[in-house]
Amino acid sequence: MKELEYPFDGDYILKKKKTLKKELLKQNKKFLEKNIAILGGSTTNDIKLVLELFLLNYGIKPNFYESEYNKFWEDAMFENKELEEFKPDIIYICTSNKNIINFPSLSESKEEVNEKLNSEYIRFESMWQNLKNKYQCPIIQNNFDYLSYRILGNKDATDYRGKINFITKLNLMFYDYAENNANFYILDINYLSSQYGLDKWQDPFYWYMYKYAMAVPAIPLLSFNLANIIKAIYGKNKKGLVLDLDNTLWGGIVGDDGVDNLIIGEETSEGQVYTDFQKYLKEISQMGILLNINSKNDLENALAGLNHIDGILKPDDFIVIKANWEPKSNNMLAIASELNLGVDSLVFVDDNPAERAIVKDYINDVAVPEMNEPYKYIQVIDHSGYFENINLSGDDFKKNKMYKDNIERNKMISSFENYGDYLKSLNMKATIDKFEPIYMARIAQLTNKSNQFNLTTKRYTQNEIEDTANNAEYITLYGKLEDKFGDNGVVSVVIGKKTNEKLDIDLWIMSCRVLKRDMEFAMMDSLIKECIKHSIKEVYGYYYPTVKNGMVKDFYKIQGFTKISEDKDGNTVWKFVINDYKNKNKFIDVEEK
Amino acid sequence: MTREEIYKQLDEVFQDVFDDESIQVNDSTTADDIEDWDSLEHINLVVAIENKFGIKFNMNEVTSMKNVGEMVDIILERI
Repeated sequence: MKELEYPFDGDYILKKKKTLKKELLKQNKKFLEKNIAILGGSTTNDIKLVLELFLLNYGIKPNFYESEYNKFWEDAMFENKELEEFKPDIIYICTSNKNIINFPSLSESKEEVNEKLNSEYIRFESMWQNLKNKYQCPIIQNNFDYLSYRILGNKDATDYRGKINFITKLNLMFYDYAENNANFYILDINYLSSQYGLDKWQDPFYWYMYKYAMAVPAIPLLSFNLANIIKAIYGKNKKGLVLDLDNTLWGGIVGDDGVDNLIIGEETSEGQVYTDFQKYLKEISQMGILLNINSKNDLENALAGLNHIDGILKPDDFIVIKANWEPKSNNMLAIASELNLGVDSLVFVDDNPAERAIVKDYINDVAVPEMNEPYKYIQVIDHSGYFENINLSGDDFKKNKMYKDNIERNKMISSFENYGDYLKSLNMKATIDKFEPIYMARIAQLTNKSNQFNLTTKRYTQNEIEDTANNAEYITLYGKLEDKFGDNGVVSVVIGKKTNEKLDIDLWIMSCRVLKRDMEFAMMDSLIKECIKHSIKEVYGYYYPTVKNGMVKDFYKIQGFTKISEDKDGNTVWKFVINDYKNKNKFIDVEEK
Repeated sequence: MTREEIYKQLDEVFQDVFDDESIQVNDSTTADDIEDWDSLEHINLVVAIENKFGIKFNMNEVTSMKNVGEMVDIILERI
């Protein structure tokens, strides 16, 4: 919904939130329902109501638990039936500098101040540990905003007795914890308050009148950022950018002006704008965001422009380059299908409002930011929160190469007459084994990111994955696939629950980048082998349809299961009797440890 | 702006904030007359009215206003 996309009008959102909520609910989407507990150190009512709007807009329908005013610590530390029964999926601790009990005083020694610092920190850390042990769900914690006054003036930042110095150190201690604890995320209100303007953020009116820790008009910015972390946790980040060329990546029109006359490079102010934008995009791509081109140009001219001597991005930095005279909406769909991604995981970046309107018109699901003034391009993309990162993993750095390899593979297919010959030529090697500690983060990430090849769409946190792996009632398998183009990493996960001689498959997912490689058969073979080891005779598979997982509707049928029931929503149950099983995979060399 | 013109605009703000197009306020309207008008919603109302008329209420005014009429008196003074 336009009203809830950056740059939104926060005052409008606050005023119209009831109407907006009604409209969002009317959209009749299939929402992902989540229980979100807000433990507040100040009033949180509007934070909750506005968060709800942003989450609904992301397809997440929240149920809320909200602590009594300033009871965050009590709620976390003491027995709390209500919260236990609520079973939070996410706990958000909304605290601010108002919740720092002991600031340093000017007459204190370094040691005394350090002691205060530690005792403030421990109060929070013990709360996080307690929540982690009890609820095993992701925790989102505000860091601290600065005060709007400085007793020592500028020295408040550097003197150990300064409150600014104290807050800075406390924040660093929070970051240390975040670095060392999975499933713990900081909502950076220190950044948000500076983005918003500290004096406006700290407008005392709202504190004295209503006990809000920040100005009410600043709440939409905070709730938006909070919603971004939550949607990232549930795998709803965007995955790629689809970029126009002329007047988007450089100034001028390459076909008319010629490569030599394009505006880019450090020599002119206008050129610097485009150079910096390209640098920003290059950095984004390094964290695994896929860059693609969708431009009305002859391919030859497009490539010449991308090879401009002052350009930062080269043709090699892009996965799919569509430079032609087709409607851009057609190109968008083609790019999504070549990448094997839903078009809703792409962001279309174009300076031309008419092109943006057409693409948005044809494909409502694609994100289309308002790219108006070139010097604001970075800000618009950045503040839109498309790529909120919650866990930068080694796989992310390799992602661009993986997608590129995939396109190479697709090109190769056409040179083989027989698909089997093609698969053989890939020299595929798989490792399939029970969950191992080094892959827990990646496995959890996959359960949250896979939408298409996902039979039950059950999401797991890393804690839950670890618990499942250690629980003797479960059979767990991960599959890693390598081929002559490179290592795809962990691409498939299966979890089954044992009951006597039966196995119920709770989860079966596979990354779409290894579709049609027979990996699902290799996984089936290993699963059955495990079952036989555990004397299991019958295996039950479940398919729960969502908007996105239509491709696996008949997955169990293909695997040789028999359908035993189907309800009116299309949920199906499948049965497989293990009896003289013959391996199905013929092309992958499987290593089992 | 006349008192009537202010009321016309105030009605719009009330209708937006409480998502109810039937709301019409007058001098004697108080929080008791509008179902959803509680202390938490009051702040949104205040912010929306401030934005509509480009004014700021001070704390004393917000706490002492007894009805919409007194609010309109303050708006008339400010604009």
